[in-house]
Amino acid sequence: MPDPVSQTEKPPILEMRGISKSFGAVKALSDVSFTVKEGEIHALVGENGAGKSTLMKVLSGVYPHGSYEGSILFEGEERHFRDINDSEKLGIIIIHQELALIPLMSIAENIFLANAPSKYGVIDRDVRYKRTKELLAKVGLSEVPEALITNLGIGKQQLVEIAKALSKDVRLLILDEPTASLNETDSAALLELLKEFRRNGITSIMISHKLNEITEVADRITVLRDGRTVGTLDCHEGPVDEDEIVRRMVDRDLESRYPKREPKIGDVIFEVENWSVHHPQHASREVVKNVSMKVRAGEVVGISGLMGAGRTEFAMSVFGKSYGRDISGTVKIHGKTADTSDVHRAIEAGLAYVTEDRKHLGLILTEDIRKNVSLAHLSGVSTRGVIDDIREMKVAQEFRSRMRIRSHNVYQETGKLSGGNQQKVVLSKWLFTNPDILILDEPTRGIDVGAKYEIYSIINELADAGKAVVVISSEMPELIGICDRIMVMHEGEFVGEVAGEQATQENIMRAIMRRKGR
Amino acid sequence: MSTPQEAITAPKAATGFWKDNLRDYGMLISLVVIVIFFQVATGGVLLKPLNITNIVLQNSYIVIMALGMLMVIVTGHIDLSVGSVAGFIGAVAAMLMVQYNFDFVTASLLCLVLGGAIGAIQGYFVAYFKIPSFIVTLAGMLVFRGFMIAVLSGRSIGPFDPTFQKLSSGFIPELISSDGGLYLTSFILGLLLAALLVWQNFRSRARRMLHDVETEPMAFFIGKNIVVLAAIGYVAYLIASHRGLPNVLIIMGVLIVAYGFFTNRTIIGRQIYAVGGNARAAELSGIKTTRLVFWTFVNMGVLAALGGLVVAARLNSATPKAGTGFELDVIAACFIGGASAYGGVGKVTGAVIGAFLMGVMNNGMSILGIGIDYQQVIKGLVLLGAVCVDVYNQRR
Repeated sequence: MPDPVSQTEKPPILEMRGISKSFGAVKALSDVSFTVKEGEIHALVGENGAGKSTLMKVLSGVYPHGSYEGSILFEGEERHFRDINDSEKLGIIIIHQELALIPLMSIAENIFLANAPSKYGVIDRDVRYKRTKELLAKVGLSEVPEALITNLGIGKQQLVEIAKALSKDVRLLILDEPTASLNETDSAALLELLKEFRRNGITSIMISHKLNEITEVADRITVLRDGRTVGTLDCHEGPVDEDEIVRRMVDRDLESRYPKREPKIGDVIFEVENWSVHHPQHASREVVKNVSMKVRAGEVVGISGLMGAGRTEFAMSVFGKSYGRDISGTVKIHGKTADTSDVHRAIEAGLAYVTEDRKHLGLILTEDIRKNVSLAHLSGVSTRGVIDDIREMKVAQEFRSRMRIRSHNVYQETGKLSGGNQQKVVLSKWLFTNPDILILDEPTRGIDVGAKYEIYSIINELADAGKAVVVISSEMPELIGICDRIMVMHEGEFVGEVAGEQATQENIMRAIMRRKGR
Repeated sequence: MSTPQEAITAPKAATGFWKDNLRDYGMLISLVVIVIFFQVATGGVLLKPLNITNIVLQNSYIVIMALGMLMVIVTGHIDLSVGSVAGFIGAVAAMLMVQYNFDFVTASLLCLVLGGAIGAIQGYFVAYFKIPSFIVTLAGMLVFRGFMIAVLSGRSIGPFDPTFQKLSSGFIPELISSDGGLYLTSFILGLLLAALLVWQNFRSRARRMLHDVETEPMAFFIGKNIVVLAAIGYVAYLIASHRGLPNVLIIMGVLIVAYGFFTNRTIIGRQIYAVGGNARAAELSGIKTTRLVFWTFVNMGVLAALGGLVVAARLNSATPKAGTGFELDVIAACFIGGASAYGGVGKVTGAVIGAFLMGVMNNGMSILGIGIDYQQVIKGLVLLGAVCVDVYNQRR
């Protein structure tokens, strides 16, 4: 239960009023209002993509004043932040999920990276040492200031980040998923620290998916959904039910955003058995833990889970070992063990993996549509090693009209296309390899509603053509809308499986949260 | 599968043609402008038959090595060792032929294999060991310069067998007797080449039209072919009126055509560009990126060796200074020719034009009597300027 602190009478330290923010045609935030009282711990919850991070970027000045609508009042005055320095000057400090520490520098150097105590431009090491010691004591770390970041565990690194924030005279501390990569003990220690900050009058905003932690420390909880504020719950007005939060987080109207399909499901054509993968740098960390799955011809199977659950790692390691090390397990295609030891062989075996990161892993942005489409299957447009440019162009044109890629022609650079059209080029590339099994990783990330519908239609067509389709997505409504079956992944394991017709966001979330609560 | 949309977008493509090709022709136009400038400034000396032949001979090894360097740069790497490798190979050739009396065919083959082996070693460290190519080849630059001086014991070794000298200073045999001082065989070969190019252009245009592929405007196409015919014909005439076609020009020509075809039309060529454009995406498309990088370095080694042989044959001896600074000319040729330092972009024709652009400037400035000091300054500024224009064009 939260500590009974009487701050109800205190004035708000932060008021965000009517915030709207769009990226091109995509509306990330619409008319969001968000108020934080002085001295409280305020939790911000919502699904992936609900707009939590965008809201915090607006607050911290990453998106400068003028690039959004609405107003920000901090300590009673309207503020126009031009960049993150402006907000930091007022003591608004954000700690991101991916830590911003430099691994090969010491704790002291990291804490005082930009504002080292100095005389005439020369760093005063003694002062730095002393102040680092004090800060480390505040966050409960006993490491020496000279210790290198790279030698610290992730939990301690998180504490160093917080110490760094404290060095800047923090008024409002924002933590983005602070416990996402921490174990139980470290998480508990961090939550204790937040409570202590509250006693010392520091206000915190905490973004988290871990509802049990939120109900433990938060004074108030604001729920975002699809870029809108759903409501704010006050934990001091009575116990807050986790299910109540979940119900508010998920959106229940699926409307007609998903094209209909009559599933014609055949035999199992794709099996993964006892699949384990270790982290490429930290060999002792098992990212995927002895996982098995089966997919039938004509079936669309979803993999749900939070960020960092190991879904992408699973998919990429299956696809020619393109992620991780010490990979073990077997892949069977059409009942026979398949050689997927490198990407080339995986493609030959009939696998295709459509990446979640199309700009970095999917496309050659400086090349045109034509060359991107043929890239994974150049032998399909050539004779004895020589490319037939006419054939290549015809293939590209065929995909361009079939996928409705909007461009001047097939000679347009893919870097100049919109997200949805880029995604269609990546899909074309993989369809041209004529795979039996397609793994689509976040196929609709960052693309507008219309293009999403087209991508869902393509997925349906593929399933109807007897292919096995695996869709990884962080958007639960999407999985429920298009999948015949949804597997739930958490911390490298499948923790639940829900048949398509029974799938609701509540029961998927519950499968995850049950595990988290343990 | 055509949609009405395609019909609407067709006219737009024609304006796109100029934009897309401006960059390619821009290089060529710069070369022509510089040639005209020096032709005027030197009072007509630049395009004298003797001088044209000289320009070809002086720049042949830069062009040969630039072909290999282009691939290396396209994969996103660099090779700083080519000058040292070329010098080292020249020294080894001299040792084999002059001191151990190897015949020139065996010695040359051994040298090319050795060049390939050197490329393989460096390529191994770059591709499989993932050490930045800048560092590996910087080390190679020192190592092979050292080996060269060791092989030569600090002296020059020469002269070579006259047959070997023919590699650089020989001309193709004249089959038709002629008067008026014109070497007819060479002239006819030049005209044949020009005709072949034009015929090829027409054939590919016809094929594109047959399949409804967007093509350049007819007037432009005809104009382009007339220019090609005239330019090659004129150069062939000039060369034919001195001593005919140099052997090394034939080698160079064959290599340019071969590498042009390889980079443009083959699967492996395409994959090399993909590796440079986005290595991770290429790898996830089933391309064996490490292996390709390795082989581009092997290829570079062989071409550096060939360059070294040509230089040794031209100087008629292997000297401890041979090859010094070649890497800079070769790399500059590629960048002036439009290759991108970030990889993925660059054309064979561009690198060749870049090499000749530098060559014409060297030659022209020497004729004008500009000192080696200011020649360097001007060349440096031209390199910077060419790349600036390129970056500016891409930003538009």
